[in-house]
Amino acid sequence: MALIRITSPHAHKPGSTGNVMLTVLMATLPGLAAMTFFFGWGTLIQVIWGSLLAVGLEALIIRLRNRPVRFYLQDYSAVVTAVLLGLALPPFAPWWVMAVGILVAIGVAKHMYGGMGSNPFNPAMVAYALLLVSFPVQMTSWTAPFVLTGEGWAVLGLADTFGAIFGNVSPTMIDAYTMATPLDAMKHRGGFTTEEMWIQSQMLSEGIGAWHAVSAAYVMGGVFLMYKKIFTWHTPVAMLGALAVISTLFFLIMPDQYPDPFFHLTAGATMLGAFFIATDPVSSATSNKGKLWFGAGIGLLIFIIRSWGNYPDAIAFAVLLMNLCAPFIDQYTQPRTYGHSKANRGLKGE
Amino acid sequence: MNSPVKVHSFHGGIHPPENKRQSTGAPISAAPVPSRIVLPLQQHIGLPADPVVNIGDRVLKGQLVAEAIGRISANIHASTSGTVVAIEPHAVPHMSGMPSDCMIIEADGLDEWVEHQGLEDYTSLPKPELIEYIRQSGIAGMGGAGFPTDVKLHLGDDHIVNTLIINAAECEPYITADDMLMRERADQILGGIEIIAHLLKPLHIMVGIEDNKPQAIRALHEALDDSSLNIDIVIIPTKYPSGGEKQLIKLLTGVEVPSGKIPADVGIVCQNIGTTTAIYRAVTYGEPLISRIVTITGDAAGHQQNLEVRLGTLFKDLLDHTEAERDQLYRLVVGGPMMGITVDNEEIPVIKTTNCLIAGTSIEMPPQPPAQACIRCGMCEQVCPAELLPQQLYWFAKGREFDKASHHNLFDCIECGACSYVCPSNIPLVQYYRFAKGEIRKEQEEQRKADHARLRFEARQDRLEREKIEKEERRKARAEEAAKAQAARKDAALTKTAAPAAEKASGVPDLKQLKSNAAIARTKLKKAEKALTNAQEKGLDGIDALQATVEQLQQKCDAAQKAYDDAQKAPAAPAKPAVDIKQLKTNAAVARTKLKKAEKQLLAAEESGSADVDSLKAQVAELQQKSATAEAAFKAAESGTTVPTAAAPAIDTTELEADIKAMQAKVDKAEAAWKAAVESESPAADKMAAGVDKLKGKLKDLQDELAKAKVSAAPAAPAAPAVDTSELEADIQAMQSKVEKAEAAWKKAVKSESPAAGKMAEGVEKLKGKLKDLQDELANVKASTAPAAPAVDTTELEADIQAMQGKVEKAEAAWKKAVESESPAADKMAAGVEKLKGKLKELQDELSQAKGATQPAAEPASEPTPEPLDMKALKQQVSIMRTKLKKAEKQRTESEGSDPALDAEIEQLKQRHDEAKAALDAAEAELIAAAAKEGIDLKQLKIDAALARAEVTKAERALSKVEDASDKSELEAALVAAKTQADQLSATLERFTE
Repeated sequence: MALIRITSPHAHKPGSTGNVMLTVLMATLPGLAAMTFFFGWGTLIQVIWGSLLAVGLEALIIRLRNRPVRFYLQDYSAVVTAVLLGLALPPFAPWWVMAVGILVAIGVAKHMYGGMGSNPFNPAMVAYALLLVSFPVQMTSWTAPFVLTGEGWAVLGLADTFGAIFGNVSPTMIDAYTMATPLDAMKHRGGFTTEEMWIQSQMLSEGIGAWHAVSAAYVMGGVFLMYKKIFTWHTPVAMLGALAVISTLFFLIMPDQYPDPFFHLTAGATMLGAFFIATDPVSSATSNKGKLWFGAGIGLLIFIIRSWGNYPDAIAFAVLLMNLCAPFIDQYTQPRTYGHSKANRGLKGE
Repeated sequence: MNSPVKVHSFHGGIHPPENKRQSTGAPISAAPVPSRIVLPLQQHIGLPADPVVNIGDRVLKGQLVAEAIGRISANIHASTSGTVVAIEPHAVPHMSGMPSDCMIIEADGLDEWVEHQGLEDYTSLPKPELIEYIRQSGIAGMGGAGFPTDVKLHLGDDHIVNTLIINAAECEPYITADDMLMRERADQILGGIEIIAHLLKPLHIMVGIEDNKPQAIRALHEALDDSSLNIDIVIIPTKYPSGGEKQLIKLLTGVEVPSGKIPADVGIVCQNIGTTTAIYRAVTYGEPLISRIVTITGDAAGHQQNLEVRLGTLFKDLLDHTEAERDQLYRLVVGGPMMGITVDNEEIPVIKTTNCLIAGTSIEMPPQPPAQACIRCGMCEQVCPAELLPQQLYWFAKGREFDKASHHNLFDCIECGACSYVCPSNIPLVQYYRFAKGEIRKEQEEQRKADHARLRFEARQDRLEREKIEKEERRKARAEEAAKAQAARKDAALTKTAAPAAEKASGVPDLKQLKSNAAIARTKLKKAEKALTNAQEKGLDGIDALQATVEQLQQKCDAAQKAYDDAQKAPAAPAKPAVDIKQLKTNAAVARTKLKKAEKQLLAAEESGSADVDSLKAQVAELQQKSATAEAAFKAAESGTTVPTAAAPAIDTTELEADIKAMQAKVDKAEAAWKAAVESESPAADKMAAGVDKLKGKLKDLQDELAKAKVSAAPAAPAAPAVDTSELEADIQAMQSKVEKAEAAWKKAVKSESPAAGKMAEGVEKLKGKLKDLQDELANVKASTAPAAPAVDTTELEADIQAMQGKVEKAEAAWKKAVESESPAADKMAAGVEKLKGKLKELQDELSQAKGATQPAAEPASEPTPEPLDMKALKQQVSIMRTKLKKAEKQRTESEGSDPALDAEIEQLKQRHDEAKAALDAAEAELIAAAAKEGIDLKQLKIDAALARAEVTKAERALSKVEDASDKSELEAALVAAKTQADQLSATLERFTE
């Protein structure tokens, strides 16, 4: 038997990129379950629909790029993108919203930049941002959590949801089930103070519990991923920490104008962003120190855009803006190498 | 088991499956004597050993068969008795897979030992001899790179080794050779450690061992109970790569070896546990390193176990012995799975560093799946023990952005493979780093070559330019002199009667004139310098021309200044004879020229059969007479005025100083060349070192002479003692910087494990000695001049003391810091502080002495001796260099194919030849200058002498031809005149050239 000759190392930890992505998918399950539980079948349908589109489009593009389709599909990265987008979209968003989103995420944000590993921006967030600015109505029509519909658990039946998404149910019927998100309510509260708003708004006084539960589910998934060493604690902790610090600061100064930090951390997509979006390794900073800066930047931007920007939630914009900064952060946050008295900075020289 | 040593931690690391159990079931057993032994002549970095036996010789077990060449090299001994059948290229365990020269011994099966005898009491042997003894045994590091052990044992000479670390971590999976060795031969290990400790005298000895070897730890502890050694057995958590030298040092001491330094620089020496046994066996039993423990493991290896294997045994024999399952064998790894190399056949021998042989099946070591895209997940960064950013390095290597890779500390990568191990995308990261490192090294080499070529070209251009300028200057000077001579002759005719008065009168304005000349020259020089700096800053063209101008002006300025100084210094000296000499000399020259002209005319006339021959002849005779008288007068005047020149010792010292400077420049050049040679590991480095030493010796001689001259001149010029000391101080500073430079170079050499390190160490010592001498001299001068200028001296001393106090304080602060951070360098620093304090004390003493000193320094002046210019030696050197160069070139043409080493040697020889030539030229230029000072153009003189000699032969020939008596007598007279002239000229010439 001919002996092979290759250089060291000859041992390899079992696993592949596909395993990493599957672990991430697994970690999204609690969040997906919570979303489905509190907001109905919509999210699940969006996730599945998006995944099908993403895999199909990915396969097509890989084929067009003359690369082995099966090999590249095995990394499941397209599915992860689709799942994250699905979790971020309103459950009743029409089917074509997801289709446009996938086309942008996989086609533009991922493969136009060179495919897996080469994209400077998080594909799901590029798609989300584009959809938000292009289709504001569809993108802000959220389902009311079941606790507010008064009809028990079944918010809207599976078939009805299917119909709502794929367009054979009248929009007026959907309107009955849609409602502003807590962030929306807080944003467009007119002349009310935050305290009055908490009493005034049904969503804030009663529906907020559903959002808390969903956030808790995302945290569970995130902790699981940290345990599996898929990512380190740096990005999420820095992001949540920065958001908590700055929102506490403003809350203490002007409690009438600014909601409390807990609201910031648990309403909207903060936890999804902290554990599943900002930790996307491809488009984030590299070193541990860099991740701290990267995460903190996202946290600050979230607060700024939420408080003074036009949009109620800000995860997508904050992440994309920090994606832009990641290469720069990388240059100035190199770790101190063994045997060196200080870390290098920049690309060359001092 | 608790050890008093705190275990630190290093960043990253991985926990691959250990796979060590398989091979620890059976005790170490001896592998059978193979039928054939293949001994590679090179088993590590450095130079291959040189065979000392011939093909067909019978060798005994333990007999030296190949001898180490140079510093980083190790002896090789036969590992069984038999016959040398071949010395030829053979497959060896090397990453490249390239065959290399091996000695092949056909074993006779007798396994007959050569006579050997251990040392009865190694402590009674001087350390260098003991180290040499160990070197003779061919011991090289048995853990990793196989670095010759004796080199590391010498580290105690020039480093303060306070920590000795014995590496027993054995962190690589599969390997159990060290584990089993500790279990079974703990006493030998301790014996070896004892010998190393005797040589290095460390304050602290630690054995670093991973906690997955409890039996080995127990065995070591038991053996330690019977030993008097104070050793800490430090148990470290199992984590790959804790056995890496740098990582183990961090674990045990918390100290990081600075990048680009060796552990000895922070007072630490590491030795592998296997090496300690080898040292023990060599010293106690006189057994050279001919066998080692090898772990035979892997699922296809059959009986997995540790074997004591003779070096040179082929893998095939070992696998046969363990009954390996060849049909299962998929990958054969030499060393561990993380850093080992694969070999593609079994006909490869065990060498000194072979610690493990893994016969892996395809299930055990499956082929690497195809690499996926890097998702920058950062897992590699989390495990990197060097705290690098592996995925960034990967992107840079892939994109060929090597400068960025270097900036991200690519060269701190130890290629441990942890990043590749964890990479989920299966990217062969380490291969990318190896590739990038190779490319960068190649680039650097090319850059170095290009720089070298450029420097050579520029130097040549400079030289040509300089020569042109010098030629021009000489021509001008000659023309001026001729014009002056003309004028002087006229003047002399006019003022012949009133010469002394005129001389006196002209002496004063001359001085003024000279002064203003000097001032003008200085102004010009400054202007030119300004223009030059301006041009340099702006990067304008023509910098070279400007530089040349500046140089020229500098020379002029110096000359003007010197002329002025001379004139000023010797206003009372009898100026008249000096002028007379010049005049006389010119007269003689003019007469000679006339004579020559006339002779030429005569010759022409004779040839053409002209009628004027007779009259011409008469004229020639007359002229000859005149010339002879003029020459005689000149001679007489010259000999009469040699005495007063001795009254100008000041000039002598400046001359000497100039010489010293030139010599120093030479020394510096030679040192630079030698350093370059050392760095490029040229074989000529040793020779060059000798050259440097020689030059340094010369420099020393000159300096001594200067000192002497100064001492003797001191009473003559008591006003300038301060200048003397400042000069000396400057010298000392220069010397100090040299010492520092030399030390740095030497450290570099040690670090790069250059073979020249030892030599360099000697050089550094020598330089230090010189520095000491200079310092002593300074002290002497200061002491002798103290009464002349006590106020100045004490203030200087006080300033020194203050500076020294500052230094002491700084050093103390640093030392305290070191103590706080528990740095191993603290002891060293304490010694340094002590030294500094001693110096401070000395200075203070000196100050009090200077303050209290009252007796005048009155050393009688001794005759200042003129500097001996060693022209002969220089010439010889040039010719030697030329011969060497020719030889080397011839060798190259003979060897045909390009041999880079030879080329490098030739390059160096050329350089040295050029340098020697330059030195000779400089010396000659000095001679010319010296002669010019006396008013003689040496070149002209040479030409004259040659012409005179030619004249003599011509005359002789003519004499032999003619028959006529009258003609004959005339010719005889001419011959006598010519001979006298020739003799005179050559005598003058000799005076200046010898």
